[in-house]
Amino acid sequence: MSDTAIEFVNVIKRYGSAVAVDDISFSIAKGELVTFLGPSGCGKTTSLRLIAGLELPSEGQVLIGGRDVSRDPASERNVGMVFQSYALFPHMNVLDNVSYGPVIRGGNKAEAQAKAREILEQVGLAGLQARLPSELSGGQQQRVAVARAIVQQPEVLLFDEPLSNVDAKLRRKVRAEIRDLQRRFGLTAVYVTHDQEEALAVSDRIVVMQAGRIAQIGTPQDLYDRPATPFVADFIGDANLIDGTVRGGHFRAADLELVLAGDDGPATVSIRPERITLQTGGPSKVLSATYLGSRTEYVIETGAGELLVSRPISEPAMPSGSAVSLHIAPGDLTRVR
Amino acid sequence: MIVLPWYRQDGLFSGASALFQGFGGNAWLLPGVVLALASAGLSLQPGWRKGTAAMVLVVASMALLVGQGFAVGLNGPNWPGIVAHFPAAAEGQTGLGWGGFIAGLALLGLLSELLAARGFCRGERFASGAVVIIVALLVLFVFFPILKLGSAAFISPDGGFALVEFWGRLSAPELWRLNCFQGTGRCGVVINTVILGTLAALLSTLLGLALAMLVARTNFRLKRTLRAISILPIITPPFVVGVAIIVLFGRTGVLTQLGADIFDVRPTRWVYGLPGILMAQVLAFAPVTFLVLLGTLEAINPTLEEASTTLGARPMKTFRTVTWPLLRPGLAAAFLLAFIESLADFGNPLVLGGGYEVLSTKIFFAVVGARYDLGNAATLAMILLSLTLVAFWLQMRWLGNKSYVTVTGKSDAGLAAPVPQVIKVAAIALIVPWVAFTIGVYLIVVGGGFVTDVGRLDLSPTFSHIVTAFSFEFGENGLRLYGSAWDSMITTLWVSAIAAPLTTVIGILTAWLVARQDFAGKKAFEFGTMLSFAIPGTVVGVSYVAAFNVPPVDITGTMAILVICFMFRNMPVGMRAGMAALSQIDRSMEEASQTMGAGGLATLRNVVLPLIRPAIFTALVYSFVTAMTAVSAVIFLVSARHNMATAYIMGRVENGEYALAIAYSAVLMLVMIVCVVLIQFVVGQRRLGRRKELQGAGPAPAE
Ligand SMILES: Nc1ncnc2c1ncn2[C@@H]1O[C@H](COP(=O)(O)OP(=O)(O)OP(=O)(O)O)[C@@H](O)[C@H]1O
Ligand SMILES: [Mg+2]
Repeated sequence: MSDTAIEFVNVIKRYGSAVAVDDISFSIAKGELVTFLGPSGCGKTTSLRLIAGLELPSEGQVLIGGRDVSRDPASERNVGMVFQSYALFPHMNVLDNVSYGPVIRGGNKAEAQAKAREILEQVGLAGLQARLPSELSGGQQQRVAVARAIVQQPEVLLFDEPLSNVDAKLRRKVRAEIRDLQRRFGLTAVYVTHDQEEALAVSDRIVVMQAGRIAQIGTPQDLYDRPATPFVADFIGDANLIDGTVRGGHFRAADLELVLAGDDGPATVSIRPERITLQTGGPSKVLSATYLGSRTEYVIETGAGELLVSRPISEPAMPSGSAVSLHIAPGDLTRVR
Repeated sequence: MIVLPWYRQDGLFSGASALFQGFGGNAWLLPGVVLALASAGLSLQPGWRKGTAAMVLVVASMALLVGQGFAVGLNGPNWPGIVAHFPAAAEGQTGLGWGGFIAGLALLGLLSELLAARGFCRGERFASGAVVIIVALLVLFVFFPILKLGSAAFISPDGGFALVEFWGRLSAPELWRLNCFQGTGRCGVVINTVILGTLAALLSTLLGLALAMLVARTNFRLKRTLRAISILPIITPPFVVGVAIIVLFGRTGVLTQLGADIFDVRPTRWVYGLPGILMAQVLAFAPVTFLVLLGTLEAINPTLEEASTTLGARPMKTFRTVTWPLLRPGLAAAFLLAFIESLADFGNPLVLGGGYEVLSTKIFFAVVGARYDLGNAATLAMILLSLTLVAFWLQMRWLGNKSYVTVTGKSDAGLAAPVPQVIKVAAIALIVPWVAFTIGVYLIVVGGGFVTDVGRLDLSPTFSHIVTAFSFEFGENGLRLYGSAWDSMITTLWVSAIAAPLTTVIGILTAWLVARQDFAGKKAFEFGTMLSFAIPGTVVGVSYVAAFNVPPVDITGTMAILVICFMFRNMPVGMRAGMAALSQIDRSMEEASQTMGAGGLATLRNVVLPLIRPAIFTALVYSFVTAMTAVSAVIFLVSARHNMATAYIMGRVENGEYALAIAYSAVLMLVMIVCVVLIQFVVGQRRLGRRKELQGAGPAPAE
């Protein structure tokens, strides 16, 4: 058995003339949690549904556990899915919801229910078996949905924006729970979100998508520190994108000059706001200073355009209008074009 | 196919199988047997679903099945040249039997498997099978008959083209004459039909509007009564109103006699013809237009009217500039709906027509009785169908382009503007006679069967009509039914009871396919199902006569043809109810069920159906009631052995036995009400039962 859980080979999905997923290839290893991240309409949900079998690819192959399932319907793949709206069956109680899969797959009813009870216990819902979904809180419903998806030990567990119906406070806790469950059961999981902070927090790897294509795949740290395109740099965290040219190991844009190895020619670099340090006195001017509790955000006018700078409040504040100079360490800029 | 009898003959197992027939002389059946064996052999190999060979085989087998069915007629070959290869074809063949039927079904099943393996319906086998089977059924029972009828219009019975005759029939002056406008006699049938349709639609729209205004926009006290009364015509067989009108206004009618006594005029037959039909139709269609317009009125956002009023407009001005324009598309829809209904109406023109001929009755008389002329009937049917389709198309266009619903999803805070006083008074003036008239009609329907002769004003109470129709006796041999109406009543109940669940199944299934599945040709599929609703019953009737009187599908005179006819005429209603219900249900529940391993059928049964139970009830009741009250299509399809209540009553009316007809109608309506309550009871009970079972244990396994 190989270590690859899911593989996409040149997958294309069209709706009429519109292309929702445009020639995508990637693979996901067993036990990994991979996130699809991208702006609205970029094809995240469609990719997830292609794994589930709720959509079939127009071209290309989808492999699960090394088997080509491109033409198999959802019911013949072994996947679990947690829907954005949870999709609990309103006419069945919690226990029936969770034991639905095992019963449908031809299991003995008593065994199925025993299994369901066990899982419910593990997600902390032991006492609520007889309730209808309408009698549960949002967070509890979410956990039933997760329990229902993992009860059959699926080869892949899929989440489509599972936290969008959970309020902001609870989100952090639930996402830690999901991550914990996934690790505990050793599940391969694919997680869709358009919240980059959530993606950075839960993922082993992130697939950044843009207009139906993959912009970059990498670990959260890869993406943050070494974005491959301006789009990725901008989408993950905040970034200052500066256009200029590279010549002889230096990047130049107006009065800005920084050490940067690479081929000569026009270039765009990305610099994270917290990697820029400020000192009083210099050619640049503070346009605005915004106090954000844990840090202060400055907009600085420089020869190379306006830059965003973020400093911890432990440093002395620079009043708006004051003259400053900027310092950027050579390792803190990434060429993205 | 190898063992079951290929042809429909006397008994299920007395006929010979295709194999036997093949060697017994009808050699054209042999290639089919070979192909079937080949398909069976292929399906034993692994991976056969994705190969091309299987597809080719299945398509070839289907072509062969259809081809052999049509190549050889009952009394000989349909296509000359066949005899040269298969001498036995000269003797002809009868309709398909169980063997042929099962072979067809098996081929469709194979086809759907193959399509699913190619990603049709997202690879979902049950859905793919359902699409294939429903399409096949629609083609066989909706489009094929219409095509056959169409071809009968310009192909002479001996197989040649008869374009000259067709043109002659199409341009006949008896269709298009305009004499009635010049005062020199009667107009042509087509003109008559259009005049009747236009007038009936106009008047019933007006009446419907008045009713809707009163109910939606005034504090008129009899609102609830109006709503209740408007439901009545739905459970009334369409011609009963016609009969009641004769009883009231006929030459010997109650009101005619009264009028004659008071004003001392000679009673005439004025009610027969346009006035009578018009009266009956307006009475019958006003509730339909009322419901459409009530929907429109209630959907108009009151804040719009409120805005106009706060801007200083007087009520009349608000009505004219705001309410009326918003109402117009609804009015158009109501008008076209009533127009279509009027074109399709058969019972009232038959009962009340006198010399006023319309297309639906003319079609009927062209195929029944001595003047059997299918060519002429087909031509007339094509004209009627074209008229209906044009109206249908206009309606679709109108509703498709203009969104007249201003419901925003937020709760509308404003108060609806009350209608101007003038309009209110006018509306009441319109409504009062209508209500009085309706009450009169239903008094006659309820009471007329229990007096000696309501038609001649002999009002002494009697049970003799009921006894004639429904007498029975408990004898030594158990229950014995003597009444003349029992046969038709029992057939009607059987047919309705069989057709209603089948109609519901096919309607709800179609709704689910259209709302939830993705497959090539879905738009055409949806349009096809809707179209089958637009075809007037009379046209359906003749087209069935034209198509199913001869092999390969020879089912006239059976109960099956009645059931099938109802299934395809009423399925769009079940479909609409289903689609409305499905649109309220989050699709991800079904997807969740699928990812948990449930196929299409299991998902439908465990998740969808429990959630759309009210729609199922609506579809069941509607298809049951329509099957009991329909006349237009079935009157062509009934036979001496399988007569329907409505056709029987129609016969009594034609004989002038009004009292008996009315008594029977009243019983029919009573039975309907009882059955509806019964259906509700059963459906409701089941739901309770299920709930309990679900709470106690896991999801219900297959029943
Ligand atoms: N059934 C469909 N028919 C036609 N187009 C579709 C269909 N489903 C998705 N699309 C289109 O495909 C594209 C990708 O859609 P998808 O749902 O995958 O986006 P997404 O990345 O999940 O966006 P969001 O973050 O808003 O959920 C969109 O442009 C969408 O309009
Ligand atoms: Mg999405």
